[in-house]
Amino acid sequence: MSWTWFHKLASPPYVYALAARLTPWFAWPAALLILGGLYAGLVLAPPDYQQGEGFRIIYVHAPTAWLSILVYVVMGVSAGIGLIWRMKVAHAVAASCAPIGASFTVAALVTGSLWGKPMWGTFWEWDPRLVSELILLFLYLGYLGLRAGFDDTQRADRASALLAVVGLVNVPIIHYSVVWWNSLHQAPSVMQLGKPKMPASMLTPLLMVLLGFTLFFVALLLVRLRAEVLQRERSASWLREALRA
Amino acid sequence: MNLRDSRAVFAKELQAENLHVWRADRHVLKGVGFVLPLGECLKVSGPNGAGKTTLLRTLCGLIFPEEGRVLADGEDVRADLRAFHASLMYLGHEAPLKADLTARENLRYWIGVRRALPGPALDGALARVGAGAWCDRLVRTLSAGQRRRVALAGLALMFTPLWLLDEPTTNLDTEGQRLAGELMAEQLARGGAIVVAAHQELPDTVRAARVLELAA
Amino acid sequence: MRSAGLSAHSGPVAVAAVAVSPDTALRAPALTAARLAVSRDLTLAFRRRSQLVQPLAFFVLVTLLFPLAISPELARLRSIAAGVLWVAALLASLLALEFLFRDDAQDGTLEQYALAGQSLTWLLFAKTLAHWLLTGLPLSMMAPIAALSLGVGAAALPGILVSMVVGTVTLSLIGALASALTLGMKRSGALLALLTLPLSLPVLIYGARATELAIAGNAYLAPLELLAALAVLAVTLAPLAAAAAVRISLE
Repeated sequence: MSWTWFHKLASPPYVYALAARLTPWFAWPAALLILGGLYAGLVLAPPDYQQGEGFRIIYVHAPTAWLSILVYVVMGVSAGIGLIWRMKVAHAVAASCAPIGASFTVAALVTGSLWGKPMWGTFWEWDPRLVSELILLFLYLGYLGLRAGFDDTQRADRASALLAVVGLVNVPIIHYSVVWWNSLHQAPSVMQLGKPKMPASMLTPLLMVLLGFTLFFVALLLVRLRAEVLQRERSASWLREALRA
Repeated sequence: MNLRDSRAVFAKELQAENLHVWRADRHVLKGVGFVLPLGECLKVSGPNGAGKTTLLRTLCGLIFPEEGRVLADGEDVRADLRAFHASLMYLGHEAPLKADLTARENLRYWIGVRRALPGPALDGALARVGAGAWCDRLVRTLSAGQRRRVALAGLALMFTPLWLLDEPTTNLDTEGQRLAGELMAEQLARGGAIVVAAHQELPDTVRAARVLELAA
Repeated sequence: MRSAGLSAHSGPVAVAAVAVSPDTALRAPALTAARLAVSRDLTLAFRRRSQLVQPLAFFVLVTLLFPLAISPELARLRSIAAGVLWVAALLASLLALEFLFRDDAQDGTLEQYALAGQSLTWLLFAKTLAHWLLTGLPLSMMAPIAALSLGVGAAALPGILVSMVVGTVTLSLIGALASALTLGMKRSGALLALLTLPLSLPVLIYGARATELAIAGNAYLAPLELLAALAVLAVTLAPLAAAAAVRISLE
């Protein structure tokens, strides 16, 4: 298998142009899927017999929760690639992911809290999922904080990349221990997500928004990546040429 | 004693090939290259900020060059960095001395981590640099020149093929500079190589066969 | 170009009194290097004994805060003792991280470790071990005493000691990694906490559970085993990651 496509990805000008070309291919389908899915879920789907209308928040909560972890994985993997192969572009991808992931995590926490209030009366439950989301937020904040602490981009890249990889390895451990802790005290689980008995009218919109939000993340990442590359390569000659053209 | 007999990683030459290093967006080393056979001294000179320390640290393997390689006997040092480190001695601007340890203890820990250090050897090195009188005082009570001498004692104990010295004669009086020159001459005489960064003249005893001038 | 002048020199060089034979050109064995690293750190710490007391004093102080803030009733304190002890231990070990790498990074000792021709992972493990002997172990021995002040019965003390010993090992290792990542950063205190605490949460969960079971007089082997598993994982992986972090800081 030829690895030239991988090597090409290491070149900032190539990635800069590629990101511009790919963005619409992700942005438009994302918009369609999200809007369609939300319409189907919020309007068309019948109310849940247990939770009534309140369950509909799942159409926003589930994607944000799913993305908060997906983005972390993408961040960790690209950070690892940047660390091992010393690819600046990989570090730029990781840097672009972090604020997106942190925002999705906050959104997941907020929607999770909002879901809890009408259903179980409290804005916060020490539920393993919510607690894991909260810890994930701190992992993101730690990454962003470490990045911000170094003026030298290269140092910031490499130190935060190591942190991201370490965090990635730790996420399963932390999640498992939180679940273990929660099981000791038999607290009720707030979120019941992805029950296989969900009828198609509820499940299809869910899948649509999940996919739609994922594509949205990719589009957002591509846009941020372009900005990140611009900033890092500001004194490079290829950029001056491209801007002049 | 001929250093070529020691079980070191390289026995012929050190080579830098087209080194490009950026430090915080500044292109510090622009295609630096040289060949240094063992037994010779390379003097790296240039104004402050020209990249002398950066070059030494790149040669050590601490800094990874964006482009270019460091070769020992034609082989990239990155292939076995640990063995390469075992064959070199790097002395930076500051001597790595702990203020709360005595000079003797400092040497014992600093060099002992690398080499077996029999007591007489340690005593000998301390005597050589004139530290006999004050080697058991805490380093915090010593002057800058005395600390430099302790660092030189460390050098005197390390018979590695390569020495990388960053401004070795700072803070030294004439006697100290003579001592540094002597040590360096001995290193060259027994077949070792020295890369020394200095913006002053080297002591007379050391003849720098090559000079690398770095521009800011 | 000068021809290789290596064959030009001949005869012994008059090197006065430095009897380092070619044999000593071989590297020191790893165990000696580790022993020296530990010895150096212990010696240095004992020359500054006052610094050693600070994390301990902090631990006791934090434990003292809870009765003052909540209630002097021993029964009530006993019910929260496990949590209080572990949170205090976590915070105290955070405080103690200050003097793990800071001085060595500043005076070039860490750089010399990286260039020593030894495994940096191994040397950092030795340093962390020394650090644990100076901070984690005393903390673990202080914990039963603090527990007594929170109304815990004497029968629980061995369990508290054991869980603390195992837990503080992991905390020291995680702290070493976080400390290595923030080397060279000024005012990194809050960031250090932000990095260390999420990674230390499993230790907190299992350790507090083991302590709680010990206080209640129940068997505490299950969480203790998990705690030990974490320690093994940390011992294997943390020094490796810390060495990578140190090399990054030296670049």
